[in-house]
Amino acid sequence: MKIPSMKNIRNFCIIAHIDHGKSTLADRLLDYTGSVTDREKQDQLLDNMDLERERGITIKSHAIQMDYEYEGEKYVLNLIDTPGHVDFSYEVSRSIAACEGALLIVDAAQSIQAQTISNLYLALENDLEIIPVLNKVDLPSANPEEVTDDIVDLLGCTPEEVIHASGKTGFGVDNVLAAIIKRIPAPKGDPTAPLQALIFDSVYNTFRGIETYFRVFNGEIKKGQHIKFVATNKDYYADEIGTLKLNQVAKQSVKAGDVGYLITGIKTAKEVKVGDTITDFAKPTTNIVEGFEDVKPMVFAGIYPVDTEDYEDLRASMEKLQLNDASLVFQPESSAALGFGFRCGFLGMLHMEIIQERLEREFDMTVITTVPNVSYHAYTNKNPDEAIIVNNPSDLPEPSTLNRVEEPYIKATIITKADFVGNVMSLCIEKRGNITNQTYLTTERVELTFEMPLAEIVFDFYDRLKTVSKGYASFDYHPIGMKPSKLVRLDILLNAQTVDALSALIHADNAQYIGRKMCEKLKELIPRQQFDIPVQAAIGAKIISRETIKALRKDVTAKCYGGDISRKRKLLEKQKKGKKRMRQVGNVEIPQQAFMAVLKLND
Amino acid sequence: MLFRIRCEFIYIKFLVIAGIYIHIPFCKQACHYCDFHFSTSLKKKDDLIQCLVKELRLRKNELGNEVIETIYFGGGTPSLLDRDELSLLIDAVYKFYIVSEHPEITLEANPDDLSVKQINELKTTQVNRLSIGIQSFFERDLKLMNRAHSQKEAKASLSLATQYFDNISLDLIYGIPGLSNEEWIENIEIALSYNVPHISCYALTVEPKTALESFIKKGIIDDVDDDLAQEQFYILVEKLEASGFVNYELSNFGIPKYISKNNSAYWLGKPYLGIGPSAHSFNGDQRSWNVSNNTKYIKSIQKNELPVEREVLTITDKFNEYVMTGLRTIWGVSLKGVELSFGNNYKKYLLQQSEIYIKQHLLYIEDDKLLTTKKGKFLSDGIASNLFKINLS
Ligand SMILES: Nc1nc2c(ncn2[C@@H]2O[C@H](COP(=O)(O)OP(=O)(O)OP(=O)(O)O)[C@@H](O)[C@H]2O)c(=O)[nH]1
Ligand code: SF4
Ligand SMILES: [Mg+2]
Repeated sequence: MKIPSMKNIRNFCIIAHIDHGKSTLADRLLDYTGSVTDREKQDQLLDNMDLERERGITIKSHAIQMDYEYEGEKYVLNLIDTPGHVDFSYEVSRSIAACEGALLIVDAAQSIQAQTISNLYLALENDLEIIPVLNKVDLPSANPEEVTDDIVDLLGCTPEEVIHASGKTGFGVDNVLAAIIKRIPAPKGDPTAPLQALIFDSVYNTFRGIETYFRVFNGEIKKGQHIKFVATNKDYYADEIGTLKLNQVAKQSVKAGDVGYLITGIKTAKEVKVGDTITDFAKPTTNIVEGFEDVKPMVFAGIYPVDTEDYEDLRASMEKLQLNDASLVFQPESSAALGFGFRCGFLGMLHMEIIQERLEREFDMTVITTVPNVSYHAYTNKNPDEAIIVNNPSDLPEPSTLNRVEEPYIKATIITKADFVGNVMSLCIEKRGNITNQTYLTTERVELTFEMPLAEIVFDFYDRLKTVSKGYASFDYHPIGMKPSKLVRLDILLNAQTVDALSALIHADNAQYIGRKMCEKLKELIPRQQFDIPVQAAIGAKIISRETIKALRKDVTAKCYGGDISRKRKLLEKQKKGKKRMRQVGNVEIPQQAFMAVLKLND
Repeated sequence: MLFRIRCEFIYIKFLVIAGIYIHIPFCKQACHYCDFHFSTSLKKKDDLIQCLVKELRLRKNELGNEVIETIYFGGGTPSLLDRDELSLLIDAVYKFYIVSEHPEITLEANPDDLSVKQINELKTTQVNRLSIGIQSFFERDLKLMNRAHSQKEAKASLSLATQYFDNISLDLIYGIPGLSNEEWIENIEIALSYNVPHISCYALTVEPKTALESFIKKGIIDDVDDDLAQEQFYILVEKLEASGFVNYELSNFGIPKYISKNNSAYWLGKPYLGIGPSAHSFNGDQRSWNVSNNTKYIKSIQKNELPVEREVLTITDKFNEYVMTGLRTIWGVSLKGVELSFGNNYKKYLLQQSEIYIKQHLLYIEDDKLLTTKKGKFLSDGIASNLFKINLS
């Protein structure tokens, strides 16, 4: 087949609020264009990580190329499916940079939600052509007329421009494809100019090392070409290039306007900076596009091996994880209670959960994650102008030497039903939020905007929001800088000994409450042992709360006859295995999940 | 039935004697705490007894040439059997197995079944030991547990039984919600007044899916209190030891002569054959158990098929079982025994794991044996679990 020229290429991404059906619609596009065989078909095909499949969410963007013939012409369609969760919104911005258009999916039952709007703005900033798709029209609860009106209001388009579709039944997929070809502009670029390609993603492959995904803007990249990465200023030979079908297809060249992959023998993800420009080593482009900002971690927590002897294994595992998740940052730290471990930075709470789960699942590492906190700036009286970055409770200077502390704030957008506005507002106020805006999107749906401390969303915010809104609230945020704060370090003492790994940085006004709840929760989570264990919460030398885990008095079954022996042995063996997930601190055995107790105070 | 004593402790292979356990899966009514296998419908009793006899025949080669020292009728409620039924079963044992000259033949009996007539009949069988399920001498406790007998029957059965049998054991339960320490002492004293040579006492345990569990969940009955159970256990040990009993296993107390005569062999890990639905067997290397369903049991035996599942014990399994059961007894865990049966590495491991408990005065070593202290004994499951060896595969 003749390779279609640039005018027959379309590059687009699929963006939406979480769960509105991006990956499912992508399935249908792949089916319809014959890009997958029947044997390869499966739901949310592009969510190829185990964890994505199990949780039913997309964590990473996925690019794939389709061939499609429309009105007698052959087209190449490069699709990028993106995640909807706010923790991974940086993935969306990268994908957008490689495209000329975006399918904005809106769930016909849920209508416009917080990430619909934030992702739309990202796309508009990049001048993408937006194709609104009203999805899930097959749902009995779908509300196509009203939701179409909502979309029309949001985009300023006509109702006719909104394509009705269903990723489930395949309805409307032909119209979506037609719109992609007719409405999204073909890429522009000069195929004869010096090579200029944007790196929009990189993926680690155990066998092949780092695969770099790029979009060529000008010129072409050829197999074997001597190339240079502009920002890192490193040069390589393009050992293998090709396009991204379901399986990679090696090519001799990838030309301006198209999307492809590159393998150069790079072994670590850090060497590839997403947003960097690839150019020819000898004839570099002068056209350097601005790269992306580095993704900044939002929350920090310690990760320690349950078994101290596994520290080196943990390091190796974290390094490997970092190969395919460059957004994970970590550095060694040590704790009196837990020994050696790492302070890790995550994009959000979901990201943290995912990292912990991947460590367990892919690397068989049982780890203890400590109470997460955001990154504070502390100023001492001695150096009142120099910020000390506090990513760890133990980094907070002594209260007597402390001049002031600042904490990160976010602008939070919440879309909810009018009925729940009161509930949501009081939650946000409780969480030290300040309402800055309230807009009725329709008579039913309200957009609330708050400024609030990032730290507050770390502690049980999502669960509470879900509860107070009966599930009808969506949430999006972005950082807006640092503001003064009244911060204290809440320490926990077990058996009169401070357990540093249980310390938390907390706003002074919440300390009393959280201290009490922490003691109660720990009492519940730490199994009774052969002696009484006092549990205390303290700020500095002052004890603010106290509980006692009473000594175990009876830990034996009275009966022990033939039939019981196997069963009982198995039970006690299981108990012993469970203890492998506990950490001995002093002479107290603390289960893994107790270290995160502060996150589950209201369960 | 009563609670059964059935622990085997030492795996060192010098044992040649064996026991037969026969499970009688019928009861008059269901005690609220009970999770044993039984049925309150007697419809299938005849069929079942035929099947017990047949199972005895089908399995006659399983014990090889070992000599049967003890025959034990447990349940359920074996005292629901009449003289002929018992004799039929005992005769079958004699017919298919090598039985020692003076075997101990125990029948678990409930007080309400021990009428003058029944005792006289029993006396004509070869049964020579009774284990009587008294549980409490207080009406309130008996009602709470839904026992079939009254406190009057409890006392009457003992007065009568002691006239006909000298080898008697009785069962008591402590830690019953509402049972005060004073009442518990009274229970012990009444029990002692009958001069029986063996007493078994169990802490009331809330088993999953029992009526007791559901009453506690609903708040109809107070939950059992571990602190109180521990106090009552200490009272018990003190009282019985003062009367010459040896607390040779967590829940079992005997006058020395009777321990050695009737029980020690039993506790020292002899093989046994369990006959009847839900009965467990052990041959030193393998455990097996019959299906816990009367109908399925009968159907299968009628087709000449044993309704059995088996599990072969690994070295580690045996070690863990030995530790778990040994810590409950005055024989403890023999360090020499561990070394001989499992090797030096196991012994080293055991000593190293025990260290912390020795420091906490929960375990001690005497005569080359690892033993629980009085306090440790009541925590021995948790301790055993920590002494276990776990293969992480
Ligand atoms: N009834 C119906 N259900 C759909 C449709 N499209 C998707 N779903 C369901 O909606 C859920 C979410 O679908 P996904 O395709 O994973 O959504 P997503 O937008 O990719 O989600 P994230 O990647 O996690 O943001 C799944 O349970 C799908 O089966 C549709 O058109 N109709
Ligand atoms: S008599 Fe009571 S305790 Fe004994 S088996 Fe029957 S129901 Fe269970
Ligand atoms: Mg998805």
